[in-house]
Amino acid sequence: MSTPADVIRLPTPAPPRFSAIRALRLGDVPMVPLAILGVIALVAVFANQLAPHNPEIGSLTARFKPPFWVKGGSTEYLLGTDQLGRDVLSRLIFGARVSMVVGFTAVFFAGIVGTILGIVSGYLGGWVDQVIMRITDTWLALPALMFAIFLASIVGPSMWNIVIILGLVYWTRYARVIRGEVLSLKEREFVRLAIVAGCSKLTIMRRHILPNVINSAVVLGTLMLGVVIITEATLSFLGVGVPPPEPAWGLMLSDGKQGLMVGYWWLTVFPGGCIVLMVLSANLLGDWLRVKFDPQLRQL
Amino acid sequence: MRQYVIRRVGYCLLSLFLLSLTIFFFVRVTGDPATLLVEPGASDADIAAIHHHFGLDQPLWTQYGLFVWSLAHGDLGQSFYYQTPVMELYLQRLPNSLLLAFVAMALSLLIGIPSGILASVRVGGFWDGFGKLFSLLGLSLPSFLVGLLLILVFSVYLGWLPSSGAGGPLHLIMPAFALGWYFAASHMRLTRSSMLDVLGSEYIKLARLKGLPQSLVIAKHAFKNALIPVLTLAGINLVIMVNVAVVVEVVFAWPGIGRLLYEGITFRDFPIVQGVVILGGAMIVIVNLFVDILYAVIDPRIRLES
Repeated sequence: MSTPADVIRLPTPAPPRFSAIRALRLGDVPMVPLAILGVIALVAVFANQLAPHNPEIGSLTARFKPPFWVKGGSTEYLLGTDQLGRDVLSRLIFGARVSMVVGFTAVFFAGIVGTILGIVSGYLGGWVDQVIMRITDTWLALPALMFAIFLASIVGPSMWNIVIILGLVYWTRYARVIRGEVLSLKEREFVRLAIVAGCSKLTIMRRHILPNVINSAVVLGTLMLGVVIITEATLSFLGVGVPPPEPAWGLMLSDGKQGLMVGYWWLTVFPGGCIVLMVLSANLLGDWLRVKFDPQLRQL
Repeated sequence: MRQYVIRRVGYCLLSLFLLSLTIFFFVRVTGDPATLLVEPGASDADIAAIHHHFGLDQPLWTQYGLFVWSLAHGDLGQSFYYQTPVMELYLQRLPNSLLLAFVAMALSLLIGIPSGILASVRVGGFWDGFGKLFSLLGLSLPSFLVGLLLILVFSVYLGWLPSSGAGGPLHLIMPAFALGWYFAASHMRLTRSSMLDVLGSEYIKLARLKGLPQSLVIAKHAFKNALIPVLTLAGINLVIMVNVAVVVEVVFAWPGIGRLLYEGITFRDFPIVQGVVILGGAMIVIVNLFVDILYAVIDPRIRLES
């Protein structure tokens, strides 16, 4: 005798095997950008071991040497030397460290400030929301680059100052997006139930809202990475970023500008290429993450 | 309508207030502003004199009042290096910046609009892919790098274009391209999405049902309406261009506002830096106000919303 449950039982599809692996399958992950960022990160970590020369000390007898495949170049300086006889390759390697550290910490810092303010603003509403959003709007109105230059010229150049400046300039982007998400989240059932259950506002924001906006914050952070790296390079290029003689890619471009007119192309092309590779990879990865994890952010 | 305008003007004034407060606050919170206001290497007595002269020995609120008072009178202080009022320097350089921004804007629209339309006509087609690549590169190549590479190719190797300074129209080509590059990508993306919106609407379907050829539907019916948001963005971008041209102006030694800001940085001429940033921010806040009001005039839905 068969029970009704047996009769109406539908053939259930076999659960996919190795689903955890499938979730991480390599097919649709943009491998090239990921690999490039990985290599840059490794280079940044092992800069001391990889660099053939000291990046900050050159020998004046070996100024403006071209890369080794050009006539006049030598294998001692694979990518040539700059106006002080410093090895370009070594400076690029140590420059990766600066870009990585500044890029990630600034994005992280901006993300924390922006996410917290976005959640508080969206959830509490009222005058808190008004105050935070007015400040956000005003800061967004100032061109980011100009604001950063202004701040940098007040506090003076140093790598950590740049991180703080970039954080101060870019938190507004997070605050805007996160607030929008929180506005729709706080109408949802689980938040109401949490209120009924007697959770405090702080608990709701921390335990129920925050985990739901983390995705967006991460996607936004990846997209911001490119912007932050470009801004850092620009500030260094203008002389208000990472101070010389530290090797930053933007600073190298600024130094290379002097030799450009006489045709010392390697001082511009190599650091420029590094910046483009890193920013391009970050942007591709960010685009992929955005489509993958957060359809709502697609129109950003 | 009147209520809407009053509200917008209120927001605008509030933004200007916050802007001045931000600048005032950051200058003072990061140390003694007198060290920024004296020339490098000044003696203690000089610093004390500066303190007294700029009222830095008075309470903060009085100081802020004085700061806003002089701003309201167009007084941005005196440049150390040039020994002239910052406002005068700014107005001297403004025409150059506007010229550069106009040409760069024209270039970016000439590139952005047609490529955006081509991309929207067949989604996923060749031009769409090309457009995606183009906008990705636009976002990923910093403008100063574009500038440096242009100089390398067109000035150093080919010798076709002058690498720096202002003069004839030839001097404008490379800076305008370096500045317009990023904006061309953003105009392309907006043209594409705005065209796609319009192409999905009823009246385009009607035009197609009438049997109009594709080219006429695109060029006459869709294009005109799709252009409105693009031109609005272009208006705002023009002001932004004037203010973000710093790097391009430095690369090409173009004597505009950005170059002035750069001189302010390198000569540690703080009044210039502060003045350029204040005027830039104010310019953008005010243009945004005009755009908001213009929108409300065109579109009744906006003014009824609040």
